[in-house]
Amino acid sequence: MFKILKYSFFDLVRSRWSYVYFLFYLALASVLLFLNHDLSKAVITLMNVIIVLVPLIGTIFGVMYYYNSKEFTELLLAQPIKRSSIFLGQYFGVAVSLSLSLLLGIGIPFLLYGLFESDAIWDFSLLLLTGVFLTFIFTAIAFNISLSNENKIKGFGYAVMMWLFLAVIYDGLFLLSLVMFEDYPLDKLSLIGTMLNPVDLSRTLILLKLDISALLGYTGAVFKQFFGTNVGLFLSIGVLCIWVIVPVLRIVAKAKKKDF
Amino acid sequence: MKQLFLIVSLVLLSLSAYSKKIEVRENGKISSIKEAILLAHDFDTIVVKSGKYKEYGIKVDKPLTIIGENFPVIDGELKGEIITVIADHVTLDGLFIINVGTSYTSDYAAVRVVKSKHFLIQNLVLEKLFFGIYLEKSSHGKVFHNKIIGEAVEEYSSGNGIHLWYCKNIEVDQNIVTHVRDGIYLEFSNFCTITNNESLNNIRYGLHFMFSNDDVYRGNTFAKNGAGVAVMFSKRIEMYENIFQENWGSASYGLLLKEINDSKIIGNTFETNTIGINIEGSNRILYKDNIFRSNGWAIKVRGACYTNEFINNQFLSNSFDVSYNSKLNDNVFDSNYWSKYAGYDLDKDGIGDVPFRPVKLFSYIVNRTPETIVLMRSLFIDIIDFSEKVSPVFTPDELQDLHPLMKRIR
Repeated sequence: MFKILKYSFFDLVRSRWSYVYFLFYLALASVLLFLNHDLSKAVITLMNVIIVLVPLIGTIFGVMYYYNSKEFTELLLAQPIKRSSIFLGQYFGVAVSLSLSLLLGIGIPFLLYGLFESDAIWDFSLLLLTGVFLTFIFTAIAFNISLSNENKIKGFGYAVMMWLFLAVIYDGLFLLSLVMFEDYPLDKLSLIGTMLNPVDLSRTLILLKLDISALLGYTGAVFKQFFGTNVGLFLSIGVLCIWVIVPVLRIVAKAKKKDF
Repeated sequence: MKQLFLIVSLVLLSLSAYSKKIEVRENGKISSIKEAILLAHDFDTIVVKSGKYKEYGIKVDKPLTIIGENFPVIDGELKGEIITVIADHVTLDGLFIINVGTSYTSDYAAVRVVKSKHFLIQNLVLEKLFFGIYLEKSSHGKVFHNKIIGEAVEEYSSGNGIHLWYCKNIEVDQNIVTHVRDGIYLEFSNFCTITNNESLNNIRYGLHFMFSNDDVYRGNTFAKNGAGVAVMFSKRIEMYENIFQENWGSASYGLLLKEINDSKIIGNTFETNTIGINIEGSNRILYKDNIFRSNGWAIKVRGACYTNEFINNQFLSNSFDVSYNSKLNDNVFDSNYWSKYAGYDLDKDGIGDVPFRPVKLFSYIVNRTPETIVLMRSLFIDIIDFSEKVSPVFTPDELQDLHPLMKRIR
């Protein structure tokens, strides 16, 4: 598995798109810091970008990589290598290289700007953590989709739809259901609804840091426990882990059964 | 003859003004303050040497000056009220008063001033108290530089730090009040000035006043209080340069205004409160040069608020800048700085060319269904906020800042 991971990783690291992705974050973070002079404000803006863009890039990259390297995968399948190690190797190759672009792209400008002397360091590391989680989750989902669809166009379509659903439409439906059932106690529902969507989950994780004073404005014991203590933080990170593990397991299961 | 009269009267005056000094020592001839008061004549000075005096129910019924040397401890042994002042021109200075009795039927205080004038209470340290300094129907006094440290746990079994009831022309300056029920409390007290105090970590309000008109609050700090600061049913209040900080919780406000009219709130700082200012039924108030930073809601307008003016304030990274629960608006927002403003300034006069709408659709939704707060900063919410901004349907459409500032006021 590690051999394949290494191969995929270096293949991607050498590719143009990784550089574009890396340079994009580098430019974004530098410009933000240059214009803002305020680390915590830049963290908020970056959060808005990351929770939308990272899933999109992760999805598209994952799908693209799978379909592009399909012939090579078939070649590998002819060798005496375990199927799970081929696909997991490819998956981790993509996810790790994307995460690396993200970490370096955002990390370098912030480090140069004097991150360690500021008190935004925890917010910032949380931001990076959620960015990495989102990359891993959405790449895994993308691999799932492309494994299930032979047709490239269909696969792409589903992947983009999935991103659109989780990033935008889900919140719309969520909001609608909350407003419709406003006569009922909703605090559990709203927290569960958040857990079911990795994008919302990462957003909440950052909200815990940034908007805590507003979040505490709502009277609800469950809310209070979730947002007021560390329970929220640990639970969110735990659920994010589940969001990585489940799709990865499905990749393994699917790859075992799939007929090439 | 006239000269003789003058001389005689001068001599008499100096005799009466001549004040004796009485010393109270732990093991001395006079070993209790009560005894000293009994022996003293009007305008005498009682000097309490350092030591421990187990006394309570000390009644100061003559115009005396009681000064402590190196903070003598007056221990009430939880038996009741410790010092009660019922005469005019009394000065209390430099005492360390502890163990005031707790009662559910009468409000025992460390120092109570009843129907007196021209008193001065300064440099006292109060600990383990029920009520701290309790002023009752008194006027023209000063409470200066005291330190009150309570141990309040529950609202019902604790008292207030500095309590004014039916008072007039009182100055409360440079006191520190922590861990009591209400830090500073005024009821039916007019023409008082509350300046440079620190009221922190109290279990209910940092400052609480009701039915108290024409008071001035300047340069105070109210932080980490259970429910922030609440002011109700008062007129002509002036609040300048106070700091309201870290009042967190669902029923906690930096400043809660209820039925406050014709007042001025100028140059205050509201930082990291759940709600910066909560306004209800308050009219003709001028909000100027205030700074709202990182609050959940900077200003929450509940209703029945008319002809208020918000001018030259700075709204910096609050989760919600202004929230309204109705479509009606009679308040003016003008020339404020909004960190969320995204307009442009083509003529470079420092004023944005597009008006700013501080009320977001999302804040309207959160008002209706509070649980939706979990969707804050979601892309979908940004989209509906944007569409509401373009054509307001739910939020008051005339509520806008026509001259938003481009740069922060420094």
